[in-house]
Amino acid sequence: MALAHAAAHAAPHEDHPTTTGLNSRKLLFWAFLGSECMFFGSLIATYLVYRGRDQTGPHPHEIFAIPFTSFSAFVLLMSSLTMVLALAAIQRGNQKRGAIWLAATALLGMTFVGGQCYEFTEFFYKGLSLQTNLFGCTFFVLTGFHGTHVTVGVIWLWTLFTLAVRGKIPSEKSLDVEIAGLYWHFVDVVWIAIFTLVYLIQ
Amino acid sequence: MTVRKLDSTLVLRLIAGLLIAGALALCGCALKDYPQSTLHPHSDYAESIQRLLETLVFWVVVIFVLVEGVLIWTVVRFRSRPGAPEPKPVHGNTTLEVAWTIAPALILAFVAVPTVLTIFKTQGRPPDGAMPVRVVGHQWWWEFQYPEYNITTASELHVPVGRPVAVSLETADVIHSFWFPAVGGKRDVVPSRVNHMWFTAGSLGEFPGQCAELCGISHANMRAKLIVSKPEDFQAWVAAQQSPPVEPDSTSLAGKGKQVFLEVGCVACHTIQGISPGIIGPNLTHFGSRGSIAGATYLNNDDNLGKWLANPQARKPGATMLNLGLNPDQIAALVAYLQSLK
Amino acid sequence: MATTTAPITAAAHAPAESVGSLWGWITTVDHKRIGALYGVTAFIFFLIGGLEATLMRIQLARPENTFVSPDVFNQLFTMHGTTMIFLAIMPLSASFFNFLIPLMIGARDVAFPRLNAFSYWVFLCGAVFLNLSFFLGGAPDTGWFGYSNLTSSQYSPGHGVDFWAVGLQILGIASLAAGFNFIITIVNMRAPGMKLMRMPVFVWMTLVTSFLIIFAFPVITVALVFLLFDRFTGTNFFAPAMGADPVLWQHLFWLFGHPEVYILILPAMGIVSEVLPTFSRKPLFGYPVVVYSGIFIGFMGWGVWSHHMFSVGLGPIADSFFALTTMLIAIPTGVKIFNWIGTMWGGRLELKTAMLFAIGFISMFIMGGLSGFMHASPPADLQQTDTYFVVAHIHYVLFGGSMLGIFSGLYYWFPKMTGRLMNEGLGKLHFWLTIISMNVTFFPMHFVGLLGMPRRVYTYAPHMGFDTMNLISTVGVFGIAISLLVFIWNFLSSTRSGAVAGPNPWGGATLEWAIASPPPAHNFGTIPTVHGLDPLWAKDGADIARTASLVRGHIHMPPNSVWPAVSALGMSMLLSGMVFGWWVGIPGLVFMLVGFYSWAFEPCH
Repeated sequence: MALAHAAAHAAPHEDHPTTTGLNSRKLLFWAFLGSECMFFGSLIATYLVYRGRDQTGPHPHEIFAIPFTSFSAFVLLMSSLTMVLALAAIQRGNQKRGAIWLAATALLGMTFVGGQCYEFTEFFYKGLSLQTNLFGCTFFVLTGFHGTHVTVGVIWLWTLFTLAVRGKIPSEKSLDVEIAGLYWHFVDVVWIAIFTLVYLIQ
Repeated sequence: MTVRKLDSTLVLRLIAGLLIAGALALCGCALKDYPQSTLHPHSDYAESIQRLLETLVFWVVVIFVLVEGVLIWTVVRFRSRPGAPEPKPVHGNTTLEVAWTIAPALILAFVAVPTVLTIFKTQGRPPDGAMPVRVVGHQWWWEFQYPEYNITTASELHVPVGRPVAVSLETADVIHSFWFPAVGGKRDVVPSRVNHMWFTAGSLGEFPGQCAELCGISHANMRAKLIVSKPEDFQAWVAAQQSPPVEPDSTSLAGKGKQVFLEVGCVACHTIQGISPGIIGPNLTHFGSRGSIAGATYLNNDDNLGKWLANPQARKPGATMLNLGLNPDQIAALVAYLQSLK
Repeated sequence: MATTTAPITAAAHAPAESVGSLWGWITTVDHKRIGALYGVTAFIFFLIGGLEATLMRIQLARPENTFVSPDVFNQLFTMHGTTMIFLAIMPLSASFFNFLIPLMIGARDVAFPRLNAFSYWVFLCGAVFLNLSFFLGGAPDTGWFGYSNLTSSQYSPGHGVDFWAVGLQILGIASLAAGFNFIITIVNMRAPGMKLMRMPVFVWMTLVTSFLIIFAFPVITVALVFLLFDRFTGTNFFAPAMGADPVLWQHLFWLFGHPEVYILILPAMGIVSEVLPTFSRKPLFGYPVVVYSGIFIGFMGWGVWSHHMFSVGLGPIADSFFALTTMLIAIPTGVKIFNWIGTMWGGRLELKTAMLFAIGFISMFIMGGLSGFMHASPPADLQQTDTYFVVAHIHYVLFGGSMLGIFSGLYYWFPKMTGRLMNEGLGKLHFWLTIISMNVTFFPMHFVGLLGMPRRVYTYAPHMGFDTMNLISTVGVFGIAISLLVFIWNFLSSTRSGAVAGPNPWGGATLEWAIASPPPAHNFGTIPTVHGLDPLWAKDGADIARTASLVRGHIHMPPNSVWPAVSALGMSMLLSGMVFGWWVGIPGLVFMLVGFYSWAFEPCH
């Protein structure tokens, strides 16, 4: 997260030839995403293994508000679209437009996180906390880590927005935005997995 | 259950048996020297494992001798000597690669088949008429219940020779592992799970066992004894365990001991049938009949028992049993009482 | 090309800071210096782990001994295992990766030099943090594998387990960062002409190991997250009372744990694959097969984890499945051994110390592999698991395997690192003392285990027949200690006054031998072009050796940076705040953020 941020902003002497022809920072980021897959995979697997084992409630079907969460998921999905538009703009050299789309992505991300906070507060008032039962701990730790990842992404995006507004991301530096885009899309894909496995398939 | 081939399997077993026996003979092993040995099977379960082990050891020795032999030969033969020729830069040999991939695979097949067969045989359902025993692991002692006979005891597992015993395995706290090497492999006791194993003891005698999964500070002191007796002796033991506890003469030291027992708090943790209901510690109804105390870590005699009562943690670090601050008179009385509970 | 006589210090193109200074070491991003840092630190922790082992063996020399209390003993075996695995073998391997990978692939440094430095400093912080536990209420005492629910707050009150869990999280980050770095380095920074199947086997093994690291560590990270949540916030991940299954911990742990043992052995296998050809005067036999075996082991290592859980009661189908996969993985392992022997066969063997250790590796690893083969059969394993038979197996593969391989590498590449040769006489003494002592120590454990002695016991009863074998093992440990003293003496005195080595004292075939010993900061003056395996043994090998050191034009090396160390310290302080409190955690967060941002926006020149 912050590490990847550092990698993405490393000084631009990456122009020496590489064996594969691919940029090293980009490859690093793909490797990082691979390991993040194992991280989220373990969290999701634990949720699935423990599903249905609770003797005491609340249980998922009593708590989930699928319409609201669907809207949240849609928001995050749209943010991936705006991310793609942001990268396209930066690659074309249009930093102003890029900044707008970056801000849009960040705002949509913040909306998502806000929705999560609202959702979790509702769950809490319905009696579901970290300590309540297996559903509580597996759900909140899984979605909590995901939300944290989104939050880190949002900070990253606002940083890029600031740089773009100041004209510091010409098209030669579009890799910085591309890597942020990879992160953002990954976070979105993880949410699709969580939404499907945790919310939709009960 | 499996039909024994009278040719290659037997030869293999003979060779393996010779190898193991040879090795054992070299160190002069006998069960009495190594009472907790895994290499002296005394049950059908342990026998099945032993047969598998013989197959494994056979191949291990063969591979060891062959490969280490070739290694040593190579080092000796191809050492640099004055006038030694320049080596040919050989890069590989496909035939050799195929051969030495297939050969280990074949050996593995010879081992895999008996392995899977033994797994299913030894993890199968116990035979009908098996005696059920419910085992509960505690930090740091073993509890044994006999549902058929309504007996609860601790640390010493009595079984009749020749009758299958179906053991169910649970724990009251953390993961432990139930293990009497003479009669079979170990099986963990896991919270919120019931494991099962069964065996038929084939020889009379006393066989030590030990917890085999780290379970805290006194893991090393969580021991037990398996006592295999003739069916009639076993039934006699059952009858004795089922009888109500010995009632001491109230004027005797043992009688005083019973008073102490009731007054100082033992009742909170220990059961003596009809007298005290506690279930945290071992059942003491027939404590006096046991050969060992404190999770089979000490012989059951007055001296050891007295030391235990005086300061359990000194005898078994971390012991859950409270140090009740007993004075020597109370201890002497309690010892007399407990030993009277035959 | 003249070689410098001083060890890894001044080089013609070094940055402005005085390279021998403390600040120079703290801010270094040079892979060779980072390798030295890893090596020295790891070796010190290896000695600490050895001390822990010695104390245990003294306690076990006699039945019912009272040399250490059970409480201390449980801490000793927990810390011995954790230290040897995470603070000794892994970072010793990392020291080799660091020093050698750029040299072997013809690069000037790793892909991300500051990330490399960051890995080291995080490792150091994690190692120190973990060991602070001894002084702050007691080290962890629940085994290096920390099974729940023994590790719950209920059964392990106190901070020991917290130190263990947080410490491993910190160390995990160090390993992950290094894993990413080496994957990209190997994939993307090879010299022209060095196709994948022309890379030295050590490079291949590093690549496979790095993939194992980046995929395995997240799993233990999650397991530790669950444990820390349970202990600090009262969640129920491993609380049986709420329906949780403590066996979940075991699955997560061993999903990491089994790839971890391949992480521990593959580098040593890589080292041995380099040493054997050089001292056999012929190329590695079956190079593609050795490479593919390593890759196969890397993949298959994910399918065997429950062979550590045969006693749990997973059922006959699971037991059979894992038995079969475990047996299967013996095949590529055996194939490698046969190819190593094939390398020596028909060769002209120079039995220098490095070669002796490599041969010792093969011999001891065969033994460890065979006891592993015996474990692969669940019914037999049920008599072996959790006994000293496993302890024997572990130490034959990890000491007889990994450590002997590492010693082989140390003797082999010492001249490259320092420009000097180690003393062969002392080296051979070290070798024979080691191999004899380790067998005296660990061979009896096979027997005492099969004769019924469980593991992780601070004492045992007399009249069980365990006495003599335990005493013999204890005596052996002192032999190992003496052998290490010989090694340390040799290492230190050779660094100072060993014979000058020159670029290629052993006649090696790989690129690191083309340049000066020790190499200049920029490694290669001219990046060579390779046309096959074993470049220095090829027809144009002499040309490569001649031109590799010629500097043509300006070489830009990355400047030193303090931000990796600052970030590492900050992040470690932040995580250790879980144990120490906000007064450490908050400053840590500040340092970390300052460190990362400064790193990110640091100018390049």
